Amino acid sequence: MRRSKYIRPDFLTRGADRPRMTTSAMIASIAGPDQSTRPAPFGNALAALAEKDDRIVGMSADLAKYTDLHVFRAAHPDKFYQMGMAEQLLMMSAAGMAREGFQPWVTTYAVFASRRAYDFICLAIAEEMLDVKIICALPGLTTGYGPSHQATEDIAMFRGMPNLTIIDPCDASEIEQAVPAIALHKGPVYMRLLRGNVPVVLDEYGYKFELGKAKIIRDGADVLIISSGLMTMRALEAAKDLQNDGVEAAVLHVPTIKPLDEATILAECRKQNRLVVVAENHTVIGGLGEAVGAALMRSNVRPAAFRQIGLPDEFLEAGALPTLHDQYGLSTLKVKAAIKSWLDE
Amino acid sequence: MAQMGHNISLPERARRIRRHALRMGEVQGQGYIAQALGVADVLAVSYFHATNYRAEDPEWEGRDRFLLSIGHYAIALYAALIEAEIIPEDELETYGTDDSRLPMSGMATYTPGMEITGGSLGHGLGIAVGISLALKRKKSDAFVYNLFSDGELDEGSTWEAAMSAGSYKLDNLIGIVDVNQMQADGPSIGVLNFEPLGPKFEAFNWFVQRVDGNDLGALVEAFDAARHHKGPEPRIIICDTKMAKGVPFLEARERNHFLRVEPHEWREAIRIIDAGAGE
Repeated sequence: MRRSKYIRPDFLTRGADRPRMTTSAMIASIAGPDQSTRPAPFGNALAALAEKDDRIVGMSADLAKYTDLHVFRAAHPDKFYQMGMAEQLLMMSAAGMAREGFQPWVTTYAVFASRRAYDFICLAIAEEMLDVKIICALPGLTTGYGPSHQATEDIAMFRGMPNLTIIDPCDASEIEQAVPAIALHKGPVYMRLLRGNVPVVLDEYGYKFELGKAKIIRDGADVLIISSGLMTMRALEAAKDLQNDGVEAAVLHVPTIKPLDEATILAECRKQNRLVVVAENHTVIGGLGEAVGAALMRSNVRPAAFRQIGLPDEFLEAGALPTLHDQYGLSTLKVKAAIKSWLDE
Repeated sequence: MAQMGHNISLPERARRIRRHALRMGEVQGQGYIAQALGVADVLAVSYFHATNYRAEDPEWEGRDRFLLSIGHYAIALYAALIEAEIIPEDELETYGTDDSRLPMSGMATYTPGMEITGGSLGHGLGIAVGISLALKRKKSDAFVYNLFSDGELDEGSTWEAAMSAGSYKLDNLIGIVDVNQMQADGPSIGVLNFEPLGPKFEAFNWFVQRVDGNDLGALVEAFDAARHHKGPEPRIIICDTKMAKGVPFLEARERNHFLRVEPHEWREAIRIIDAGAGE
């Protein structure tokens, strides 16, 4: 434990000239101060899609406002259902809607969908391949509120659920492209949502989202970073910094965690004898890292070395998000430092 | 109403549902046969008095949706679906066997007329809420029936759904609770006391009736009242039933949640049920 509840922070003893402490508001964007952003990419994309698709309905468990679904609700009040703070009901009623030919898009936080409503997603939705889209904010470590809100193991849980497609998008553009792609896919989808003012990162690389496809965002001879979600953002920033130090880093973005694009992953790992680093905003247990590791083992692909960047197998602390990302190794600086240390091994 | 052309009385329908269930039980030698015998009258009224369906087209858009939340009661619903001619009678010999369309726990992907996958208890009422909302969205005048058990009253998800149905004023939703007073670990009230049950649903803004679930006349009146009630409330029919109803030597068994029945006893049970034919 870093701290005891019986010891007051020593900060308070420093007197009047003490610095302002770092804080982290609940709805803080994950965007850095210099990043360009777009507001509520999910809510806007879904509202636009529903203009021409009458099957779409939006449902939330008292978190429309905090999952960007309020944008959809404002645009299509007649297509929005408030199900109350009842995640089991949210999934059951979405199953009922889907049975009758509608395409429900349900939103809550990732912790509640995974830990609280798992049985209902599994049996009422996935077992029958029903067309329900489950869009969840606060994936992995994207809030400083502590374990009650940090969905550090959602992918590990959902990877075991048959029929479920899992998407972990990186930025605003990708979310905007993923929404219509998910709508076209027939069957249940779980998407980890970045909400609010979401960074725009991938446009400059000419990247286009395709469901089920991993794509090389940049190439490099020294290290291959395989990443999903916001860790692709961090990987790209780290790759730029590493270049200044003479290290060439490739970044393979894997937004579809399941089904996993093993062919592309294996091909990239075979191409050159590089250090392979999997970076994910998730516990190192049961996520992308272990999925990639197992795929490599099954195919007898042996990279120069295999390392994971991810959250530790523990309940994370509360605090300010930038501090926590640094503490748990998800910040750009820590990603870069880890890769350099592994290259020096 | 469906199947009225056959001109077979409700008591005879109930008797035949019991007989089909016993014949399936005989295939496996054990099962949830006491529940099936207990709920047979409710199913007879559901399928031969209350609900609209087309036997030759089980997914007909205009049908009333009849959900079986209690997957364990599949043997009972198969018996009703056989009697309703949605499933051919000779398939009962395949009950619970490899490649059968009649698995031991009810699943929508296996069986015509099985609307949902039950068995993970506490799912049906919430799915019924979603279907009721969807039917209103489609301007359909079909009803959604959800048959669930007193054991499912233990599940919090049931009450999430109950509150939602009251809140949304789902007047196209009819809940049927089979209160047979027996759960896996013993008598229901002793497992978790859900009484007083009627007032609970009243407090959740439901239109509540409680009847003897083995009294066909009372069931007919209750189903009629539920369908024709003018208020905006969802409707619930609490049915107090007797486990193993109609086969006295099985009724008398103390722990009859999951019955093991000797081969000669199945024959005896069917003989008792057949003796009631045409009464």
